[in-house]
Amino acid sequence: MKRILMPALAIAGKDLYSEWKTKQVVTTMLIFSGLVIVTFSFAFDPSNQAVRALIPGMIWMITIFAGILGLNRSFVSEQRNDHIHGFIVAPIDPASIFLGKFIANFVFVAAVQMIAIPLLFVLFDFRALTGASILYLTGVVFLGTFGFITVGTFLAALSANSKSSEMLLPILLLPIATPIIIAAVQATKIVLIDLEAISGAMSWMQLIFVYDLLFFVAGLILFEYVLEV
Amino acid sequence: MIQSKNMIKTIGDKMILKGISLEIDGGESVAVLGPNGAGKSTWLKITAGLLKPTEGELFIAGKSFKKDHLNLKQLIGYLGHQSFLYDHYTPVENLTFFAKLYHLPDPGDKIHRLLDEVGLSFFKHEPVRSFSRGMIQRLAIARAILHDPEILLLDEPHTGLDQQAVQILNQVIQRKKKEGVTVVMATHDFPQVMSVCDRAVIIKAGRVKDDVSLQQKTADWLYDHYERQAVQ
Amino acid sequence: MKQENELIKLPEPTLFHRILVIISIPMVMTALYLVFIWSPVEKRMGVVQKIFYFHVGSAWNAFFAFFIVGLFSLLYLWKRKRIYDMIAGVSAEIGVVFTAIVLTTGPIWGRSAWNAWWSWEARLTTTLILFFIYVAYIMVRNLDMEWQKKARLSAVLGIIGALNVPIVYMSIHWWESNLHPVVMGNTDDPAGSGMEPSMLFTLIFSVFTMSLLYGIFMQKGLYVEKLRLHVAKLKAKQHDKMVS
Repeated sequence: MKRILMPALAIAGKDLYSEWKTKQVVTTMLIFSGLVIVTFSFAFDPSNQAVRALIPGMIWMITIFAGILGLNRSFVSEQRNDHIHGFIVAPIDPASIFLGKFIANFVFVAAVQMIAIPLLFVLFDFRALTGASILYLTGVVFLGTFGFITVGTFLAALSANSKSSEMLLPILLLPIATPIIIAAVQATKIVLIDLEAISGAMSWMQLIFVYDLLFFVAGLILFEYVLEV
Repeated sequence: MIQSKNMIKTIGDKMILKGISLEIDGGESVAVLGPNGAGKSTWLKITAGLLKPTEGELFIAGKSFKKDHLNLKQLIGYLGHQSFLYDHYTPVENLTFFAKLYHLPDPGDKIHRLLDEVGLSFFKHEPVRSFSRGMIQRLAIARAILHDPEILLLDEPHTGLDQQAVQILNQVIQRKKKEGVTVVMATHDFPQVMSVCDRAVIIKAGRVKDDVSLQQKTADWLYDHYERQAVQ
Repeated sequence: MKQENELIKLPEPTLFHRILVIISIPMVMTALYLVFIWSPVEKRMGVVQKIFYFHVGSAWNAFFAFFIVGLFSLLYLWKRKRIYDMIAGVSAEIGVVFTAIVLTTGPIWGRSAWNAWWSWEARLTTTLILFFIYVAYIMVRNLDMEWQKKARLSAVLGIIGALNVPIVYMSIHWWESNLHPVVMGNTDDPAGSGMEPSMLFTLIFSVFTMSLLYGIFMQKGLYVEKLRLHVAKLKAKQHDKMVS
């Protein structure tokens, strides 16, 4: 525990603190997701009621695109002074680096979602929200983002070895994240549009949960091999 | 303290280390000399745990590094070519972060003392971004000795430093030596070797060529000796 | 002079490889005979149905190839032998070829069976995702770095990819059944009960032949890799000579 959790918190804290100082990543992600939402409104007429059915998809499109922006930075920013080597020679479990980076990335993306998703609802005039649906939506978004950031953090570390990592990451990440995208969009759709069918959303969420668990554990175990120099 | 048994490292199809066997006792200070590409850095990196050897074994303090590397890394301070420091952080923030990685419970006082020692107390709260190479290297040595390691591995620490920085660096190393810390230093800088080390190991083309004591020897003698070994 | 000749002596294909090739020739001929002449023409779809024999065989090979990639990735991380990495790499290349075949024959079949080029049918869509994972895997293999690092990174990706395949299939299957709950009776499952025994036999035979082809490609690929290594070594030696 001492070798995993505490260093992980230190690494996450380091990332969050430098983000607090520079505000680079979250600002960029926020502006980008704002632009994506505006682009969506031009692409799909917001006054059309049928477009409401697209909102669940949009939520996840924003998460994925903004997330990839942040994930790209996550490990590339550690390369300038070989910080990663500093982590390797330190007496910490490699898994803690994965965990720390995961926490930081998750917080970044969650912060963006907290602003971008309400903005999406406002701009597309989506009012059919109830207390229950907000609660379920939070659950679905949490689980889905957890899984996406898990594989995202892992593959970002992997692709950081390439000189063109920002091109490699989406190509690695999107096919691997397919189950998350399908399940999260379906569950969000049920939660937002057809709350009576909540049992369907629950089974989607179970699928996401299994995915999260599997890849989180795989990430903790395999990260050592990604890191080796 | 450090035992490297027949260590082999292959990177790509190139054999960088071709069986390095070396034993370094506690409290010794050893210079690792050799031409560029001889494998000095690679050997230091393996000893620091940054690289894994392809074959052979490493023992630190009598324990197998492979089996117990997490605990043994706590004993090692490594200063590589890169500083590992974060540009937008101040020295204090940088050291506080590394103190957490090395599980130091209450590093505040120690960090300030160390910064005094390396002569950076005026710049404590300046971001590292604005520092010169000499200042960065001084901060980097502070980082490497922050957790009071028993082994100090230095990879060409004097490269690109001004006189003042060299002096401070040597002071720090001397003090650590007195405290009984094992110092291993890869370098090309013969005067610094004479002022710091009492044993020299010459590595060439991935093999240990020579292993000499430097007691009562001069830099000139070492230089001649090295030339003879390197030319062969 | 003699020594130089020894250097230029190239690795030979293994005996196993030769036996496989010799067996495969009559096998492929027989399979083609069975598919095009012996087995009856399906009533509803006509001759288009015959593409099915190739489709299934390729799909089997594609999934099998990915399984091998995952397995040998694990073995590589464990034992760190270069041969395991080579097997995983060659298997991925073969996998891409067979997924590409599945992805072209699938729509041709689909056009006749479902009257649409592409239906988001679970197996076909999973193959599509598989294709993308393979391509990403091969991109990682083509990164510019020393082989140990490349092997390690691609092994990790191979394992993650293999773990992912069943979940992808499950999620797509589920999603598809929500999308269009009833897909025209039994037609999307021709391997089902409605199949004539002669067709079934042809199918099994062609799948078997395809697996044999996988074996040949694997041997051939490994042989090519070995040649490549050998050439690289020769080059390095020559380079050293020129330098010194």
